[in-house]
Amino acid sequence: MVITDSAGRRPACPQDLVEVLDPASYAEGAVLALGGPLTSGAIVRDDIVPARGPWSAVVRRGQTLTIVDVGGNQSGDCLLYNADDTAERYSVPDTIAWGGNIYVRTGTVLRSCLGNPMATVVANEIDRQDTIGGACGKESNTLRYGHHTAAEHGCRENFLAEAAKYGMGVRDIVSNLNWFMNVPVEADGSLGIVDGISGPGKRVAFRAEMDVLVIVSNCPQMNNPCNNFNPTPLRMIITEGS
Amino acid sequence: MPPIASEHETDTVLHARADARARGATVAGAMPYLPASSTPYPPPGVDPAALTWAETVAGGNYTHRILARGTRLRLADVTGEACAHLLLYNAAEPWERLNVADTVKIPWQAYLASGHPLLSGDGRVLATIVADDSGRHDALCGTSTALANQEKYGDSAPQGPSPSGRELFALAAAKHGLSGRDIGPSVSFFKGVRIRPDGGLGFTGSAGPGKAVELLAEMPVIVLIANAPHPVDPRPVYTSGPLRVHAWRSRPTSPGDPLWDASPESHRAYLNTVDYLCAKGL
Repeated sequence: MVITDSAGRRPACPQDLVEVLDPASYAEGAVLALGGPLTSGAIVRDDIVPARGPWSAVVRRGQTLTIVDVGGNQSGDCLLYNADDTAERYSVPDTIAWGGNIYVRTGTVLRSCLGNPMATVVANEIDRQDTIGGACGKESNTLRYGHHTAAEHGCRENFLAEAAKYGMGVRDIVSNLNWFMNVPVEADGSLGIVDGISGPGKRVAFRAEMDVLVIVSNCPQMNNPCNNFNPTPLRMIITEGS
Repeated sequence: MPPIASEHETDTVLHARADARARGATVAGAMPYLPASSTPYPPPGVDPAALTWAETVAGGNYTHRILARGTRLRLADVTGEACAHLLLYNAAEPWERLNVADTVKIPWQAYLASGHPLLSGDGRVLATIVADDSGRHDALCGTSTALANQEKYGDSAPQGPSPSGRELFALAAAKHGLSGRDIGPSVSFFKGVRIRPDGGLGFTGSAGPGKAVELLAEMPVIVLIANAPHPVDPRPVYTSGPLRVHAWRSRPTSPGDPLWDASPESHRAYLNTVDYLCAKGL
């Protein structure tokens, strides 16, 4: 199995990297691709987020975060906070209203609840990224799939656990981005999470326009195609300079 | 402007008191009506004695209330130029609040209409949209910010000519002990947005004067309403007309009601809501 990328880099991982990157750890036929940074600067952080887990880091103004969809069609639920004042945080409606579009693509400015640019998407290897589908959670799963799912872990739980490390709580969890998730809105307003349009090694990258605390939930959902019913790792690479 | 001070005799406490009291019966175009049963604009078919809230909210202004479970809230767009931005919170535990993503995702529908539940992030229904003759609403664009209104209109201050929705929300929220951290994505009524195939926003504007939407509180809720232009309203002039608000005692969605099991998702949301309220003794 491959535990270094084509440039020979070996990302850090909180669990055994060999096991995390072993396709046999996932559904039959799983293909993993480590990819690499979408920008050319120096790598200041390079992490593998194991399936189902949370991740966070401060991305300084001017640095770029590349997210690699290692196993393909793995939703990375994502929240952004102003690292200096977390009351200012990512805002779905401000991003949509200022940008004039519900889909996130190269050039989309990710706005805060105050309207300020927090980050700009500088590269994107799939047609469009989602920001209207929100996050799964124990409680919403009971509505969407039935009360039998109440024991399952969700992104809301990942967000709460990770946000707590920064002194934040349930008031601070707002609507989010979903990297590599596909949520079309049809002409009659029907919307939903459908089969993904990403694949192993596909990437997206955004440049921080302020110092941003990024919190990611590597979505553990097992009831819809947001991760192809097969949670796989994500790779997070922060670069700076060019 | 007339020399207003010259119209008032306020040189002593007694004169000042008489002057203040002389204005108590003034009627303004936008004001609350107390008792609510005295409203000049009772909603059709509603016994005025059942009313618990009656108010006309000026354009560029805000209002807020705690509503009992089973309260029916009617918002009416008097001139066709209102845009009612709305936030909801569980009045008992306000960290449970409107979750717009769940509100569109769980019913599999982005466009708000009668029957649509307004969901919290805790898998429960805060309120249900139970009547609507406008059809021009939005759950994707939120409200305006100070930054946006300063760019678009030159000013955003609540005391100025073009307040932003977020700043109006901030004042309403503060009166319930809530702050900026508590102001998340909101929904709005009376200005429509439709999504184009490429994801672009199509602003469909107003359905005209006299349209109304009614919400049913499914638990005790804090309601914050900011009446301000929709954030993608393309008009360069701040245009915000009066919003008429009435609320009255009714009954929450219950077993046997068509909405109770209109969809499996909303059915479980009502079950979760009742389960929570029963355990809490509400």
